[in-house]
Formats: sequence, C-alpha cells, structure tokens
Amino acid sequence: MKHLDAPLHVQGLSQFTDDVRPPRDMVHGVVFGSPVARGVIRALHVEEATASPGVVAVLTAEHIPGNPLFGPIIQDERLLAQDEVAYVGQPLAIVLAETRADAVRARALITAHIDEQEPQFDPRAAYDRGDIIGKPVAFAMGDVDGVWAQCAHVVEGSCSIGGQEHVPLETNRARAFPKEDGQMLIWSSTQSPYAVQRAAAKILGVPENKVEVDVKRLGGGFGGKEDQATHWAVMAAVAARHTARPIEIVLHREEDIRMTGKRHPYESDFKIGLDDDGLILAFEAKHFQNAGAFADLSMPVLERTLFHSTNAYFIPNVRVHAACCRTNLAPNTAFRGFGGPQGMFVIEAAIAKAADAMGLAPDQIQAKNLLRDGDELYYGQKTERCMMRRTWDEAAEAFDLESFRKRAHDFNAANFGVKKGFAVMPVCFGISFTKSFLNQAGALVHVYTDGSVSVTSGGIEMGQGLSTNLQAIAARTFGIDPARVKVEATNTTRVSNMSPSAASATTDLNGNAVIQAVREIRAGLLRVAGELLGAAPDSLTIAHDRVARDGKSTEIDWNRLVSEAYLRRRKLSAYGYYATPNLSFDHATNKGNAFAYHVYGTCITEVSLDCLRGIYTIDSVKVVHDLGRPINELVDLGQVEGGLMQGLGWMTMEDLVWDEKGRYTSGSLSTYKAPDVYFAPDDLDVRFLPFWENEPGPLGAKAVGEPPLMYGIGVYFALQSAIRAFAPDTALVFKTPMTPERALLALHPDWSPSPSADRS
Amino acid sequence: MPTVFYLNDSLVRAAASPGVLALDYIRHECSLTGTKEGCKEGDCGACTVLMGEREGDTVRYQPVTSCTLPLGELHGRHVVTVEGLNLPDALSPVQSAIVDEGATQCGYCTPGFVVSLTALLLDATKTLSDDNVKYAIGGNLCRCTGYRSLKAAGARIREGVESKLTPDRVASLVNAGAIPAYFATMARKLAAIESPASPAPARTPAPSGTAPPPLLLAGGTDLYIQRGDRIPDQDVVILNRLPGMRTIEERDGRIHAGALVTFEQFMQSAQLRKIMPALHDYGLLMASWPIRNRATLSGNILNASPIADMVSLLLVLDSELTFRSGSAKRSVPLRSFYTGYKTYDMRPGEILEAVSFPVPAPGTLFHWEKVSKRRTLDIATVNTGIRMRMNGGVIEDAAVSLGGVAPVPLYLEETSRFLTGREPSVETVLAAIDRAQAECAPISDVRGSAGYKRLLVRQLILAHFLTLFPEELTMERFYEAS
Repeated sequence: MKHLDAPLHVQGLSQFTDDVRPPRDMVHGVVFGSPVARGVIRALHVEEATASPGVVAVLTAEHIPGNPLFGPIIQDERLLAQDEVAYVGQPLAIVLAETRADAVRARALITAHIDEQEPQFDPRAAYDRGDIIGKPVAFAMGDVDGVWAQCAHVVEGSCSIGGQEHVPLETNRARAFPKEDGQMLIWSSTQSPYAVQRAAAKILGVPENKVEVDVKRLGGGFGGKEDQATHWAVMAAVAARHTARPIEIVLHREEDIRMTGKRHPYESDFKIGLDDDGLILAFEAKHFQNAGAFADLSMPVLERTLFHSTNAYFIPNVRVHAACCRTNLAPNTAFRGFGGPQGMFVIEAAIAKAADAMGLAPDQIQAKNLLRDGDELYYGQKTERCMMRRTWDEAAEAFDLESFRKRAHDFNAANFGVKKGFAVMPVCFGISFTKSFLNQAGALVHVYTDGSVSVTSGGIEMGQGLSTNLQAIAARTFGIDPARVKVEATNTTRVSNMSPSAASATTDLNGNAVIQAVREIRAGLLRVAGELLGAAPDSLTIAHDRVARDGKSTEIDWNRLVSEAYLRRRKLSAYGYYATPNLSFDHATNKGNAFAYHVYGTCITEVSLDCLRGIYTIDSVKVVHDLGRPINELVDLGQVEGGLMQGLGWMTMEDLVWDEKGRYTSGSLSTYKAPDVYFAPDDLDVRFLPFWENEPGPLGAKAVGEPPLMYGIGVYFALQSAIRAFAPDTALVFKTPMTPERALLALHPDWSPSPSADRS
Repeated sequence: MPTVFYLNDSLVRAAASPGVLALDYIRHECSLTGTKEGCKEGDCGACTVLMGEREGDTVRYQPVTSCTLPLGELHGRHVVTVEGLNLPDALSPVQSAIVDEGATQCGYCTPGFVVSLTALLLDATKTLSDDNVKYAIGGNLCRCTGYRSLKAAGARIREGVESKLTPDRVASLVNAGAIPAYFATMARKLAAIESPASPAPARTPAPSGTAPPPLLLAGGTDLYIQRGDRIPDQDVVILNRLPGMRTIEERDGRIHAGALVTFEQFMQSAQLRKIMPALHDYGLLMASWPIRNRATLSGNILNASPIADMVSLLLVLDSELTFRSGSAKRSVPLRSFYTGYKTYDMRPGEILEAVSFPVPAPGTLFHWEKVSKRRTLDIATVNTGIRMRMNGGVIEDAAVSLGGVAPVPLYLEETSRFLTGREPSVETVLAAIDRAQAECAPISDVRGSAGYKRLLVRQLILAHFLTLFPEELTMERFYEAS
C-alpha cells in the first residue's frame, strides 16, 4: 500500500491552498510587521501605502470588526497590534492590492513610529522578574530532598537548548471568500480548522456557524500550523469582509520565519542522584521555557516537558519545575514533540554528566534504569504493555551495541584527527493530548449508490499519511477494496469542533471515529444482506467486496448490497464519534492517567568527527521502534525516518540566531539550514518490534508522528563523546545545537586568538 | 519583443517583462502549479524545472531553480515543469520509484525531486550511481522523509532504466517510455523559433543624470534574492542572451574563461580539472547542481561577497579581470579589484567580459577548503584556497586566499610571500598562520563568532598543508608543537 496521494504528488497534480486557479477579482494581502521587538506605538502611517498603485485597502487594528483578542489558551494576542508591540514582525497592518507585487511595493511605504523599549530575550531573567505566562508548574513523586544524602553520586548541571524553525516546504497561506449573509469560507493551510473557525468568528463578530473552514492538505506542518496558521487565515477573512472580495495571503519564506513562532528554546538546571551501581535514585529539573511574547501553546508545551522529564527511565524520587517565561520573540509554539524533546534532552544530559563523573559509559546508566511494565511514573500513571526494555535489548542485539563501543575505541586509538562517537537514545513518549478534552474526534462517512465511499474526518492530511490510513481503516472495516474509498478535504461544516491534528493522535482519534461510522453503516448493510439471504446478520460479514456467510462467499456483492439498501431506504451515511476512554488526569494534583498508552523505541547513533575542521558525519543511525500493528508500514517508516531527521537537524545545524534587537539573523533558508541529502546518513536502519495489537489504537496501531524526533537527541551525545575522545579535558557542555562552531571550539578548549593578531 | 519558448509541449509567446521570474510566470500566467515556491532564493529546490537548450539536432537539459530564472532568458529554450514529464497512461520510472519507495509525504517538495532526478536521466555525462543521485537531488530539501526513501528511489530508477540508456539520452528515454514522446520533437521545434535579433547589445548606459542604467542580470542567483521584488519593474539586460563569454580556452599560456561561464561548467571542465584535480569536489561544496547551472563567474565576482567561494579560488589562480566598454578594454588583477565592502574597481559603462589566469606549471599544488554550518549548499563561514609550486622540497611560489574574515575576499599577500622559499614544516605552517591572522579581521555574525573564525583560519591553513603534504606533516605533530 502506497501513500494515497503519492501519484498526484509525483505528477505535480495535487492541489495546495494556492494552487487552485484564483477567482478573477482576488486581492493579494501582505502583512506589515513591527520593525522593533518592544515598544509603544505612537503612530502608524499608512496613507502613502493606501495611495500606492494597485492598492485596494490597508487594514490596521481599527478595522477589526469583532473581538480583537484571540489565542488558543489565553486570549492575549491581537490580530493586529494596537498600542504596543512585543516582537519583531508582530503584524501591524495588512496591505491589500490587485497583485502581490503591488502590495509589496506599498508595504515599503508604511512607517511606524514606535518608542522603543529594551527588549528581553533571556527566560531566566524573565523568570526572576516574575514575567511569566500562567503559573509555574511542578510534577513530583517521592522524597527528592530526603534522598540526596543517600546517593553515592550527586551531579548537577545546566542546559541551554536551542529552538527550531519548522520549515514546512509550504509556508503559511490562506484564502478567504466572502459569502452571502455575512458568511465566510476560508481555505487555510492549518492543522486546526476549528481554531481558525473559532478565531475568525470572534474577530468577525459572527457565530461560528457562519464561518466554514476547508482544508485539503498541507505542505508540511510539524506543529507550526497548529495554532499559528490561524493568524493569516483570519486576516484573510477580515480583509475579505472589508473588501467584499476574495483574498489570498501567502507568506514569503522570510516573512514566515520572522513572523511565526518556533520550537521553544529552554534553559534548564538538573540534579541527579545515583547509587554506586548507577541506579538513579532521584532527579530534579527546573525548566525555564522561552515562551516568546504571547501565550500561544506555551503552557501545554511546558506541561509535556514535565511529562517527559524522566524520558524512558524509572526514577522513584522526582521533582520537576517549569515556567513559561515571557520574552520579546515571536510567540513560540507547537513543534513535533511539543516540549517532550527539551525535557528528554535534560535527563540525557544529566545521565551523560553522571556517567562522566562515575567513570561509566552513559548507556550503562541508561540500561539500568529503563522503565519496566507496571512502573508508576511520577505523574501517577503506570506503564502498561511496556516495550522499553524490549526495544533496547533488541537494538543492542540486532545492531550489536558492543561493536559500536569497540569500533569507537579501536578507531580512536588508531586515528588522531578523526574520532568516532556513539550514543544510545531510548524514547518513551505518551500518546494523547494532555488536555484530556481534546481527545475526541468525529468522522462522516457516506456510501453512494454506486458503491463508492466518502470519508471526512476532523484530521488534516499534512504528509503524515492520515488519508492513506483513513482509507485503509474504512476499507478494512467495511471489507471492501480501498480504491472505493475517497478521503475528503477536512471541512468544519461536515465535522464539527475538531481538535488540532497534533499530539501524534490524529490517526488514533479520527481513525477510531471512522471505525464507529463505518460499523454503523456496515451493521445496517448486513441486516439488508440478512434479509436477502434469509440469514441471521451475525452470521454474515463483508470481505473482498462481497457478503460472506459463515465465512463463505455469497452471490451478494458490495454494489448490489448498497443499491438494495438504498431501495429499502436504509441509512448509508453515519457520523462516527470517538473519545479516548480511561483518561483521568487531574491538573490540580498533576496525577493520573494522562495517556492512552506510551510509544517506545531505542536508537543508536554513530558519528565521525573531523577534529581538524569541527565538521562531522553521521555514520549510522539504527532504530528499533514499536508500532503495535501498523495500518501502513510504509507510511509509518516514513514518519520514523522523517521525525528522526528533524531531530538530527535540531541537535546539529538548525541554529536559530537573533541579534540584540530581536531580529532573526537566521531568517531565511540561506542562513537557517535544515538537513539535506548529503547530511542524511546513508546507513539509516529502522526496524520494528514484531507487530502486535495495541488495543487503544485503530486496528491495533500505535501513534508514530512525534516519538521518533527524539531519537535525534542521541547525535548530540555521540558528538560529545567524539569530542571527548580528542579533547579529554574539555568541559561537558549541554548547549544545543552542536554546530560545527561549537564542536570546533569544544575540541580546542584552550583556543584564544593571539592578541597580537586580533585586530577586530 | 515577446519571449518565445516552449513550456512543456506548448509554444508560449510571453509579453511580460523579461525580469519577471520564470516561477511566477509558470504558476500565475500559465497556471502550471506543480512547480512550487518554497523559499524564492534557490535554497529548497521545490521550483526546479528543466531548461533545455538546442545543440544541433538534440537538446541539452539542465535543472535550474525557476525562482532565480528570468523569463527573458527563456527565449528559444524548452522549459519543462513536472507536468511536462507526465506520461499519458502511466507514471514515469522516476515518478513510480518515488511512489513505491514512499518517498513523498506532504508532496510539496516532490515535483522538484521528480524534475531533478529526471535531469540526471537526461544528462549523458552522468551515470545513475548513488553518488550521482545525491548530486542530482543535492539542491532539493525535503522536510518529511529523511531522504533514505529518496535515495532508494534513485537506486530503483537505476535498476529500471540504466540498461536502456544510450548516449542519446532523450531518444533512449523516449523509446523506453520514461519521458513523453514530444521530447523527441523539441530540437526541431526550437530550431523553428526565430533566434532573437542580437538582443539588447551590451548597451552603453545612459550618461549620468538621465534614466538609471539597466540592470545587468547574469545567473540571477544573488540579484533575485537581494531585490527580486523590484527586478520585474526594471529595465534589465539578460547577459545570458548575449553571444560569447561562455567558453573556457587556453591561449598564450593563460586560461581565458568567459564571464558567463557557470560554476557547473567550471567544475566540469577537463582542462581545469587537470590543473586542479579536486576541482569537482570543491564545486560540490560551492552550490547545488541547479544553482551551479545558473551561477556565473561574473556574478560571483561582482556580487563581491566576502565569502564568495569562486572568488577565493580565482584569487589563488592569480586571476585577472577583463572589462569592456564599447570597444575599449581594461584589465584589473582580481587581487586589487575589491576596494571595500561590496565596492570595487569597475567603471560606469563597463561589463566584465572574461577572467583569465596563467596556466600553472605542471606539478603545481592546489587545495581549497570551506567550512559552513551545513556541509553542502550553504554559505561559507570561512573559505580558503592555496596554490604552491614546489622545487626540491621548497615552496618556490605560493598564493593563499581567505574569505569570510574581512569586508572583502582576501588575498593573503604577507602570508603568501612568507611561504615562498620555505619548506613545508610545522614551524613554517605555524608562522604562516600567525601571518594570516594578522592579515584578517573577522567579525561575529550569523555564520559564527569572530573567535571561531580565527580558529578556522588556523585550522584550514593547517588543513591545506596536511592535505598537500601528508608524508611530511601530520596533525599530531602540529598539535604537539603548538
């Protein structure tokens, strides 16, 4: 089974938001963003821009018809800034013109007079000032303070974790079409159609039922379009209302990088206590999240950091604190892993530092402390069907973990200028939205009289293979050929109140909703078959497009069954609804069953470091991953490999840099580098545990979207190990990404440019 | 005068301004939306198209990023978008390999990969080896797959197609049903397009005080990124439509390279590879295939970036620039061409016509180094070239260049002079590094801190010597000494 859309993609025939031929009177919008990171707006001069050729209108805060405030958790953001600005690029005005070129030309004529204030970028300083969003949160179990004294080894340290730009190849974009009676149709490249609908309705001042959001597919999202596609879609809607014409807003890459949030940078402190054998007795971490200027999704991201702060390990005494710290960067937001990667990096750093202090290999400590079935995690949930040790053991055996150690040892003894390093990265990641109410989904299934099937869900196809999965789920549950099933665009008039396509849970939630709908229609069809055959419906099934009785094919094929059902006036459509059972997390005590289940896997990464130049090659990445029983193995393999690659990029070359004014100097693809084919390791070997039924997943599948990203964390520690092989005295520093610059400087801890030579 | 070209199998007569981007024209005027905009600066490859140029009875195709390609350059050319590769009843071998390997996920980058891999099939100088698959897709970013599946697609294409290829790639691919049949007719059709009456002959710019001089546009890989929004409104001279300036020849003991020679042409030149055996590898670090097909020597020189890769190589070759203004010619050594950040010794009315350098004596050693955040298709943090002529273990003549450490690409005069007459010993290298440090003045920016750049200066000069004298020098000995 291939990706459903793949044949269209390879022919260039699949349509993205702005690929549909535009209506003749469509207006193009571009956004004017704040040139400064923090200040009070004194004046915004748009007169010259308004008079510029081709300009239809220039909209500012005063043109917002309804409630100007929005935001997914706290409504603290304005669609267009008024009074103050809090980050560079914060939207101030929308220029609408007959062509994009006209709009861009006019935008350059806008001037903003802003009294600049000192911008803030340091989350620790923000925390000290009390400038935080929401409240600090803590998860705890056991008696951390009481245990330190019993630990043979207590190690402390800190981490500085970089952010990450999403770089979906398709930037943010939307079209809005004004309809009769104050209604609005919006096409948006969003992971969250309902978020767009809700925000657009409030800002337009209309009920939600007057806003229809339709999403065919996304050219990548990765979390960047979970909440921050909303802005541009709603701007298009406001502009469409104002001009009574269709509007298109497509962000240029540089606008997209500068104006939207990223994975959160974190500053974190850790303290870990172990016994002489390397058993971890206690762990404490403090996470200072760089949230950016507004709340966005920072609070739930922070919460997931808390959930994953001990990664794959059982630790009896744990205390983790965290706070969303306000800074003058674009509001940071969801990104594959959603705070989990930062939490996991810190515990891995703690283990690396403890291993160094104890003279152990990090993997010795890792292996000793891996989760077992039935372990109670510090947030009160017990692991079930825990595959953590199984994936570790299988990886160690299948890939011969000891051979990595030997190879590094032998190679490093024989080579001066090139060093090898490796690291093991186990991952345990919880599946479900941690806000339990989001764990619900609806799906609408129609069967037409010619036997073809239409499936609409609340989930978004963004490359993760949702439509491929839903097609297979519907076809297998009906018992028909997948070719009969079409997966529709996602539309808020067919499925309501959908949760974002996020948290790795899109196929789980929507697939289960599709199963509910299909089962309802199928049950009705089997009753019809029973009438036709004079048989009890429960003796009948549908398989391979045909009704079977007691396992034997009958003369009733799918087409006949469907048309008989229609003629007998039976229901050929159903709305399926699914809510994940048994979730019971209490946000007051921070205890309970937050997740339907966990995903497990283990990754080994090997690198070669050119110690002369500070550049490196990833020699191999080997993974054993638990999929349950995949719906489509090819789709899931793509998710594992792609997630891993984003993790490798995050840890190595993806370097977000801003200047003292808060301007991203890595604000384009010429300065912000994502992995390319030459960076990707040639030896990338992903294997799966033998397939098994994961009961909460649709057809026994496990979620797969986010967990593999965290395998990428291993490359940092592999590189660090190679650095140490060359420069044994260099300090262990936990500052990501490990760019060639950081690697070369770590390889040469004593380097300082000779003063006589330094004229700079 | 309209720009007349074939877009897939259709003749297009485009009246739009020659400075309009091919990408915008293809998507918005021709409604061919398979070609995607991902970055509009040549860094993602989602907009890659084939550009075919007639050579006798055949057409030579190259992949290029349509986001740095002016419409005006397409006259008489065959432009192929992903839609133009679609077969009537089946997927092409490239398309089906990507489908079968699961090498497309969101699909947005996919058309670019299809075009780049097809370009590899169409290039008679290239096999379908794993290395060449990377070569072909080195300019295409995919954020979904992790690339393993794309590499596997390349291998699958090789298995299916390689045995059917003949030196006439177009004919053999048409026969194999791997590209549409209309490709076989393109040479004839292109021949029928009236060649433009020598277009816009290097105009002498208007005297000062009147209209601004037209913008001279070569490969566009820098200009479109710096001011792409304005170019469609400007009066442009498409230099690639001028005759000449595109050959590499040896004459009177010098290599003469036309100003419009592309990076790809330069790195593939057998003549130059004889002089610099690792030239091909340097090229791989300078840019991706589609960009190298566009980027020109003159563009790299006149963009005057302090980290211009080609300039750092040309500096050690002791290059001279030839400018023409009307019938007047003037020569300037590249070493003294730059006068400050993005300023240089070029006069109004001049165009850069050629770059030339003496053919080095046989046995002359060359090396070039570059470090950047990403190894390939990235801007250098520091780059450096070296040329040395040895005589009995002594450096008889040396030239060292250094980029990214000053407002201009540096020729290290002191360092080069110092090296002359010395043996390549640890002490020589240490002293040369001190001199190089004294000659440069790096600043901190997005590509690295000043201190890091200084460390790179040391490391990369050392790398030159370790590479060129592996017998005499080892890294270990250098580190013991320093």
